[in-house]
Formats: sequence, C-alpha cells, structure tokens
Amino acid sequence: MSMETLPKQSGLIPDGIVSRILRQLQSGWRSIVIAVPFVWLFLFFLAPFFIVAKISLAELAISSPPFSKMIEWTDGTIMTIRVVFDNFAYIFDDPLYARTYINSLKISIISTFFCLLIGYPMAYGIVRSGPVAKRLLLFSIILPFWTSFLLRVYAWMGLLADQGTINGFLISMGIIDEPIRMLYTEFAVYIGIVYTYLPFMILPLYANMEKLDATLNEAAADLGSGPINTFFKITLPLTMPGIIAGSLLVFIPATGEYVIPDLLGGGNVQMIGRLLYNEFARNIDWPVACAVAIVLLMLLVLPMAIYQHYQGKASEGVTGE
Amino acid sequence: MLGDQISTDQNATDRPWLNSDAEPLIRIRGVTKKFGEFVAVNNVDLDIHQGELFCLLGGSGCGKTTLLRMLAGFEVPTSGQILIDGNDMSDVPPYERPTNMMFQNYALFPHMSVEKNIAFGLQQDKLPKDEIEDRIHAILKLVELQDYKKRKPQQLSGGQRQRVALARALVKEPKLLLLDEPLGALDKKLREQTQFELANIQDQVGITFVVVTHDQEEAMTLSTRIAVMDKGEFIQIGSPTEIYEFPENRFVADFIGSANILEGQIVEDSADHVQVLTDIGELNIEHSQPVQKGAQVWVALRPEKIHLSAEAPSEPQPNQSKGIVEDIGYLGNSSIYKIRLESGRIIDVTAPNQIRPKSRSHGITWEDTVYLTWDPSSVMLLNK
Ligand SMILES: Nc1ncnc2c1ncn2[C@@H]1O[C@H](COP(=O)(O)OP(=O)(O)O)[C@@H](O)[C@H]1O
Ligand SMILES: [Mg+2]
Repeated sequence: MSMETLPKQSGLIPDGIVSRILRQLQSGWRSIVIAVPFVWLFLFFLAPFFIVAKISLAELAISSPPFSKMIEWTDGTIMTIRVVFDNFAYIFDDPLYARTYINSLKISIISTFFCLLIGYPMAYGIVRSGPVAKRLLLFSIILPFWTSFLLRVYAWMGLLADQGTINGFLISMGIIDEPIRMLYTEFAVYIGIVYTYLPFMILPLYANMEKLDATLNEAAADLGSGPINTFFKITLPLTMPGIIAGSLLVFIPATGEYVIPDLLGGGNVQMIGRLLYNEFARNIDWPVACAVAIVLLMLLVLPMAIYQHYQGKASEGVTGE
Repeated sequence: MLGDQISTDQNATDRPWLNSDAEPLIRIRGVTKKFGEFVAVNNVDLDIHQGELFCLLGGSGCGKTTLLRMLAGFEVPTSGQILIDGNDMSDVPPYERPTNMMFQNYALFPHMSVEKNIAFGLQQDKLPKDEIEDRIHAILKLVELQDYKKRKPQQLSGGQRQRVALARALVKEPKLLLLDEPLGALDKKLREQTQFELANIQDQVGITFVVVTHDQEEAMTLSTRIAVMDKGEFIQIGSPTEIYEFPENRFVADFIGSANILEGQIVEDSADHVQVLTDIGELNIEHSQPVQKGAQVWVALRPEKIHLSAEAPSEPQPNQSKGIVEDIGYLGNSSIYKIRLESGRIIDVTAPNQIRPKSRSHGITWEDTVYLTWDPSSVMLLNK
C-alpha cells in the first residue's frame, strides 16, 4: 500500500500512526501470504520445467554438464542461440519409445482401473462404518506409509519370487508342483502398482463419499428405486469427482513409475520411467532423457486438464447443498 | 331432526375415524422401536383413514421421525405390525411400499434438475414418456414451479426446494404421503402461507398425509387429527379442537397453547358440575363425568378464556378472582397480562386489543387492580 492513499495527517495523533502502521503491516502480510504459493510454484515447478525443457533442446556434448550451451557469446557482443529438435526427432523415430509410452499408459490405465475396482467398495465401506471402526480403517489405509516404499516393494519380491512365500505355500499344500512364475512379469508390476497406489484412490473417494448425504439413497428407495438402480443413478454420478480425483492421483504417478517396473518387472516390462533412467544414468544422454520427460509431461497434461475441469465442477455442484 | 341428519353425514365423510365400519388405510398395532436399550417408540396403536391429514406432534426427540420412518420402511419395528391398505408391511422394502416421503432436509438429488428430480420416481414405475411429461407438467403447475424446471436444486430458494420435494413425492400419487417437518426450514411468514397451500393441495389431490411437526400452530392449522407424542408414546389423539379445548391431561394442556394449570381438591360433585378448591379460589366447573369427592385434581384455564376488567363484578360469583397487574406483554394484536392474585400466584390472561388506545396511558396498566371472571365451561378438568 502506498502512502498517498492514506489521508494526510497534520500533527502527531498517536492513534492514527498506530493504526496506519498496523494497516501497512497487514497489507504486507497479505501480499506475503499470496506470494507463497507463487514462489513455491515458480521455484519447484516452473523453474525446473524450463531447465529440463532447455536441456531437451540441447545437444549431447562431452563436457560437464554433458550438453551444449543454448546461448553463446562471441567476443562478448554477438549472441548465438542454438536450439536443436534432434532429441525429439530421435524419440519419434525410434519405435522403442512409442512402444514404451504406450505400454506405460496401458499398465497405468489398467492399474488405475483395478485400484478403482478395489478402492471404491473399500471407501464406501469405510464411510458406512461406525465412528470407531472408521478411524481404525482409515488409519490402516495410511499405515503402510510409515514403512519405506522401497522396503514394501522388496517385500513383494520376496512374496512373488519362484522360491518365494506364495509359491512355497502353494507347493507345500500340494496345489502345484512347479513354482508359478510371478516375479519379473507384468503381473508383478500390476500387483506392485495397485498395492502402492491404492491409498491414493481410497482417500479422495472417501473424502467425496463422506460428504454424500445418506438420505439421498433413502429418497431414491422411497421413490421406488432398487439398490442397484440407486447406485448407478445417484451414488455413482455424485461420487464422480472422487473417482476422477483418485484415478488421476493413481494414473499420473503410475505412468512415470520407475522403481516398481524395475524391481518387480525386471527387464521384461518396459515402462517409460526405466527408459528415462537408462538414458540419464547409463547412457549419460541428458538431452534425450529430458526430451523423454517433456513428452511424458505432455501426455499427462491432458488428464490434468480434465482433473481441473471436474474439480471446478465438483466445487460448484455436488457440495453446494 | 334435519340437524342430526347433516351432522351424521358429515361424520361419515369429514371425520372417517368416527365411523367404526370404515376400513382404515393405516393400522399401527403395538409398534415398538428400540435403538439398543433406548425405546424411541413405545407400543403405539393408531388407525389413520383415507383422506386424513394426520399430524404427529411432539417435542424434539419424542420419536415422531422414527414412527414416520417405520411407515416408509426405513426402520424396522422391534415389535408390532404396520398394515397399509390391509397389507402387512413387515417384509416390504421402502421401494415397494405405496408410500412416498418428503424428507426433513428435502433430499433433492443435487445432480438433477427440478424436472429430472420429479421424473425419477415415475421412471421407476416404467411409465410411458408422454405420461411422465404430462404428470410433471401438471404437478409443476400445482406447486407453481413451471418456470424453474431446468434449474438445479442449489439454484432454488428454500421455499422452492420445499415445493420441489413435495412435487417429487406427490407426483407418484402414493396412497400415503409422509412429510417430516415439511415447513421446518422456512421462515415464519412463508411457513404460515405454505401451511394453507399444503392443506389446499392435500384437499385437491385427496391423498392421505401424515405430517410430523414440533410446531403446534402448524399442527392445528393443517390437520384433521393430531396425535400428541411424548417419550415415544401417544398422549392424546383427537381433532385440533378436541386437543385444544378438551385436553385429557396436564401434558397436553401445557404443550398445546398456553394454560394456567392449578392443583385443586374436589369439594363437591353434582350432576353437571364440580366444585374444585384451588389457590385462586373455588372453581365451579361444568363437568358431567363422575369424580371422587376429596380427590386431588389438576385444572387448566386458558389465558384467553379469562375476562379482565377494571371494575368489580356487580355480584359475587364462584368463578372470579382479583389481582394486581404485574407485567404486560404487548403483542400488537393482543396483550398478555401477568396478574398477581392475593394468594401470590401469577395468572396469565390474554386480551385482544380491539380498540386502538388514544394515548399511552389508556386502558389497564401496571399496578392496576383488576378483576378476573370466566365462564364455568371454560375450566378444564384434567386427569393426572
Ligand atoms: N438410528 C438411531 N440410532 C439411535 N438412536 C436413534 C436413532 N434414530 C433416532 N434415535 C433416537 O430416538 C429418539 C427419537 O428420535 P426421532 O424419532 O428422530 O425424534 P423426533 O421426534 O425429534 O423426530 C431420539 O432420542 C434419537 O436420539
Ligand atoms: Mg424429527
């Protein structure tokens, strides 16, 4: 706030000064509060994005860092800007990348679907349970986060391996003679992703369903609608914002997942996260790795936009009771 | 002769509950509902007849909603039986009952327009499209919401939502419409106006209504009969006039309207009246039922049945008293006077303000000595 907007004061009126200082402090605080998310977004999202985008337009170079400079000065006066699209051309030319992107999306979509299939009834059950059971169930949904994610994936390796717990149990029961191959298959990757991301499906669904008015179901029943019809006509449409939020929270990180396909899929399951890591760490080809990341980002921006759209709808519609 | 004829005819049509031959639409037989150990509804019996507008009236938590929800099928009675149109409802789920309910919070589907909300129930009945459209059109006209059919519930005012909820329940033409505090969310003015609309609509469609309310004025305005409830039990069932003018016990006399309730002792019992000694003096009460001489009884006297005068009555009568104006509550159309009697007891008297005072000091005012008189028929002898 500028000084001019305040009424000019003649003489020393302590009250006026105090309130003026307070007001200035207040308006200062307000701009700080508003600035925080902007600074955050800039520092941790926009700036890294521009750096990655910049590197993706560079060329591989034997230097440190291992890519060519975008802006170069000759004699300190002539500026040259060098932008190459070779990395993107390379990604689009080599069918390996297209296949891996498609495979990542496929695994991610199927995993999201199973998370929804399992998570929806679970969230519904939690909402409908008594207050004590509800807290207990919610707690057990969050409980796995107390253990390291990596450790939990290793545990799955132990469970799924040829000599692992599940095969050992089945063989000892005499149900099978040969171990079933589970580890290092796509199946193991699905298990890993669904297991890991299930809480991200359940929690937004829970939050959405908790707000749902239970008397709507009674009203539907009262108007002659059986339970199944009520689910499809009332409950499902009203929980759609939760379904979309949960699905995006699973789908987006699952598409770029690296640890799970690497540990549970081995070399047999190609996902874009592994490819990116290989380019970056093994081939030390930062520009291509960055181009891979940018293309992935573009693939994910679309669902993000849908998410935003439904978020807006949700806050204007369902909750406005 | 002719008068007798007319009154019996009216009994048969306007007051079906007096006709013992008529098959009631709803029979509630010994219904009890317990939540754990807590008894929400305690062994109630009730018949409701076709075309009635029946009110369940009682304070908050007395079990009105629970009883209504048992009629709708959302709660299962712990014991007892509910018959609708002669059919036992024990194993009938809500979606197969010939009832519809208007919920306390309206429970409109937020993702559907007014039109779709109303169509929902008709679609469940697999009615042809044309008929659904016709019925929606007719019902929207009835509740005067033709211009709002494309709106979502959250784009409507409280009064409009209430009418949508009513339309949605009515459009199915149920045998029985259940309304839980239908006007509870409306402000006073709108509520009073809507009470008459609701009664009119019921009259037009001829559907039996069971209305839950805690507002006694609402119950009196709307209903053909009222059941006064307390702690899960029916205290008294009767027409508004019966409930108001002939309360059977202290609870009803106190709960419906206001009343000066006095304890007394019967000192004399003759054929058509009893003498009761109370601390406002000896009361002469018109009463034809036999009572025990010497018994302790409660009597009630409604504030508006007492006549207030600054001049002493010309001759001493049994039903009169004298006191000093302790306080006056001016309500505009009437005033409430708090009169302190010689015994120290305070008696409420209401008097209409029929004449506009010419000045502020006009009429009865604080500290005036006033005389109270009332008709022997006005005093109500209560049980318990
Ligand atoms: N589902 C329930 N579980 C336990 N107690 C209940 C339940 N429903 C109602 N009650 C209790 O039963 C009593 C009657 O409730 P209700 O019928 O809603 O009263 P009201 O007359 O205000 O409509 C209340 O004391 C309430 O706490
Ligand atoms: Mg209630």
